[in-house]
Amino acid sequence: MGGDIRSGRISAAEIRQNFSDLHAPLTELQAVQESARCLFCHDAPCTEACPTGIDIPGFIRKIASGNLQGAAITILNENIMGGTCANVCPVEELCEQVCVRNTAEEKPVVIGQLQRYATDTLFATGQQPFARASATGKTVAVVGAGPAGLSCAHRLSLLGHDVTVFESRAKPGGLNEYGLAAYKMLDERAAKELAFILDIGGINVVTGKSLGADVDLGELRQKYDAVFIGLGHNAVNALGLENENAEGVYSAVDFIEHIRQEDLSSLPIGRNVVVIGGGNTAIDIAVQAKKLGAETVTMVYRRSPAQMGATAYEQEVAQTNGVLIRTHAQPLRILTEAATLSAVEFEYTELNENGQPVGTGESFTLPADQLFKAIGQTLDTTPLGTSEALELASGRIRVDQGQRTSLTGVWAGGDCTPGNDLTVIAVQDGKVAAHSIDEYLNHG
Amino acid sequence: MADLSCNIAGVSSPNPFWLASAPPTDKRYNVERAFAAGWGGVVWKTLGEDGPPVVNVSSRYGSVDYNGQRMIGLNNIELITDRPLQVNLDEITAVKRAWPDRALVVSLMVPCNEQAWKEILQKTEQTGCDGVELNFGCPHGMSERGMGAAIGQVPEYIQQVTEWCKIHTSLPVFVKLTPNISDIRRPARAAREGGADAVSLINTINSIVSIDLDCMAPTPAVAGKGVHGGYCGPAVKPIALSMVSEIARDPQTANLPISGIGGISSWRDAAEYISLGCGSVQICTAAMRYGFRIIDDLVDGLNNWMDEKGYKGLDDFRGAAIPNVTDWQYLDLNYKTVAAIDQDKCIECGLCHIVCEDTSHQAITAAKDKNGKRTYTVIDEECVGCNLCYLVCPVPQCITMVEVDNGLPYLNWTEHPNNPLKQ
Repeated sequence: MGGDIRSGRISAAEIRQNFSDLHAPLTELQAVQESARCLFCHDAPCTEACPTGIDIPGFIRKIASGNLQGAAITILNENIMGGTCANVCPVEELCEQVCVRNTAEEKPVVIGQLQRYATDTLFATGQQPFARASATGKTVAVVGAGPAGLSCAHRLSLLGHDVTVFESRAKPGGLNEYGLAAYKMLDERAAKELAFILDIGGINVVTGKSLGADVDLGELRQKYDAVFIGLGHNAVNALGLENENAEGVYSAVDFIEHIRQEDLSSLPIGRNVVVIGGGNTAIDIAVQAKKLGAETVTMVYRRSPAQMGATAYEQEVAQTNGVLIRTHAQPLRILTEAATLSAVEFEYTELNENGQPVGTGESFTLPADQLFKAIGQTLDTTPLGTSEALELASGRIRVDQGQRTSLTGVWAGGDCTPGNDLTVIAVQDGKVAAHSIDEYLNHG
Repeated sequence: MADLSCNIAGVSSPNPFWLASAPPTDKRYNVERAFAAGWGGVVWKTLGEDGPPVVNVSSRYGSVDYNGQRMIGLNNIELITDRPLQVNLDEITAVKRAWPDRALVVSLMVPCNEQAWKEILQKTEQTGCDGVELNFGCPHGMSERGMGAAIGQVPEYIQQVTEWCKIHTSLPVFVKLTPNISDIRRPARAAREGGADAVSLINTINSIVSIDLDCMAPTPAVAGKGVHGGYCGPAVKPIALSMVSEIARDPQTANLPISGIGGISSWRDAAEYISLGCGSVQICTAAMRYGFRIIDDLVDGLNNWMDEKGYKGLDDFRGAAIPNVTDWQYLDLNYKTVAAIDQDKCIECGLCHIVCEDTSHQAITAAKDKNGKRTYTVIDEECVGCNLCYLVCPVPQCITMVEVDNGLPYLNWTEHPNNPLKQ
């Protein structure tokens, strides 16, 4: 048993079909009719629920009136990655959850899809609605070209500052480019959005430069007027089990990177796939494994469905794609044959009075050709250097309301700071930091 | 089952729903489809004098759409029938013979001389139709040739032509009135003076429904040019209801039968017209929007509502609302209502608050607790009972207007101390 990992389990055409849009984009007719459902609430709960504070009733009203350019700019003014967020935001827990249309009708306005309609329409025109303010002569270094860093860089450039972005990978974009599920980021969405962001000018992206190895925080502080750190996560949690390095055991994050960057039909996938974890990464790898042709995909989580990091909607997506979700079980042993993964043994759990899972002593075994670990990512603080320590909070960089760190002239945001790990939050962090930096640069 | 049969000015029909003189009644094919569907009657699309028929343009209708809904209002620049007179007369004859129980009234429009009217009336009478309707309303095309609204806007002409018609036909004469005047009572009185058996109103309203901002021309555009047309559809109903009420409560026309027209789309609209005294109602836009099958709900809905109210026939409620249409000066200035918000039904959209705050009386407060729950509360002392919040609230029965018993007696403006002209 084990070791059955190969490409071509299903045809290339099937894979293409599997990785097409989860929802077809709204047609003009659908967009007009759906926008008419928006009540144009006063003090709208949806806007309050949006981490970037997009004037949602405002942009929907513009769709209804046929002012699509205005709608897109309303979105992008608050969230420069509004196009990506329209596709990847957990709207069922943000704007759409609080839509007042839920209360009487249990059917929110499909805000995410309307946002996609507006932004896609603008991007299709090739217009660049943003222009930089006159140059201030100030320079800012941004570490990490993910959503937080790019959002910060874009806003800083708009405000007239010159920005240099240092990115360790070969391509900018961060999780938008390397991490989000492929079927949510079709047609080079991340690359096109990046081009749109950089198009305003004033942002120089230097790739292949890692903090700690190629650039040093202390040096950046000296050379630039301000520094923004948007490192994201740079490490993954381990199971702490024997055989964790056996053939067939993968970090989900690493594998998703392959899915995003490589030809899907040549990507090897296991016959029987097991995923450990309950967050969106676990869902993403499980669904994509199935879409790549895995025969069985079982996602195992140690607590209850309600406690999963993945939303109920994401769980449903997994299930309707043929992923079996098993809860209340934790990994006990990784079984191997000839140093190759063959099965994973799980122990049933019960939740104690603190909601913590405790093993019951009973177990079951799942045959596995591939095991994906998706039990969370962390911040490795080594690259931040030790010359003058950044204060941390829960293992991430501590920031104040303006995203200021404990170091003067240094801001941070996104997944390397505390809070939910969402693209939309990273974008907001970057935007808030940019305004705080602007204030600092202008007034000291 | 209530009895929906109707008789107006001697013209009877199994139900009060007639198709108005318009494209749906232009020929036998359409009319027979309408009768087969259950319509009570039709007013055949306007016939002109013998000779070369009028010519219509291509691109004839324009629409007012609102918030994703089509045809809240419709206008047209079509003229009277563009088919030869004899073809129409033959078809009318055949249809009346085939559908003897349905009302078949023929709309007419000829130049303003007695001979022309005499000739068309004699020909029309031979069809066996139930009555004629004088088209004094069409606001475009024909009016520029001295017909249609050109007659309808001059009460003396209305009276004169009506008199001619009463001399030259024994058929009931309906006079169709144009709303494009300042006081609808004057043409109605003129029609009565001329001997009209009934009036039909309203004809369409002068209108430009939109400007095409790309070609900078009114719609519907004909080779890049547009003209004003006749406006109809749900948007005109309030105007028509008001005009009908004016005629119904004018002592000089009080008992003049009325065939009500203007934006009737549902049985409820029809019941409203009948409550203002209408003998029959005429419909066009709703049929042009959905087809003739809407008659099913018109009949069924009116029937069920009448059963529920205990009305056996249309006369049981015809005109019942007329006594309650009054002049502003007689409204009770001591009557008071305030808005009441049912917090259990509130979905927290905040529209009541923002419209009152921005545009009215600052009588609804907004509060938000730490969980984001919004509560909108009426300040009774500030509320003037204007209805705005109740009108904008998207949830049925969430906001109601509650009468306040202030113990004050009826007091109208004529008696009010603030009235400088008070006797």
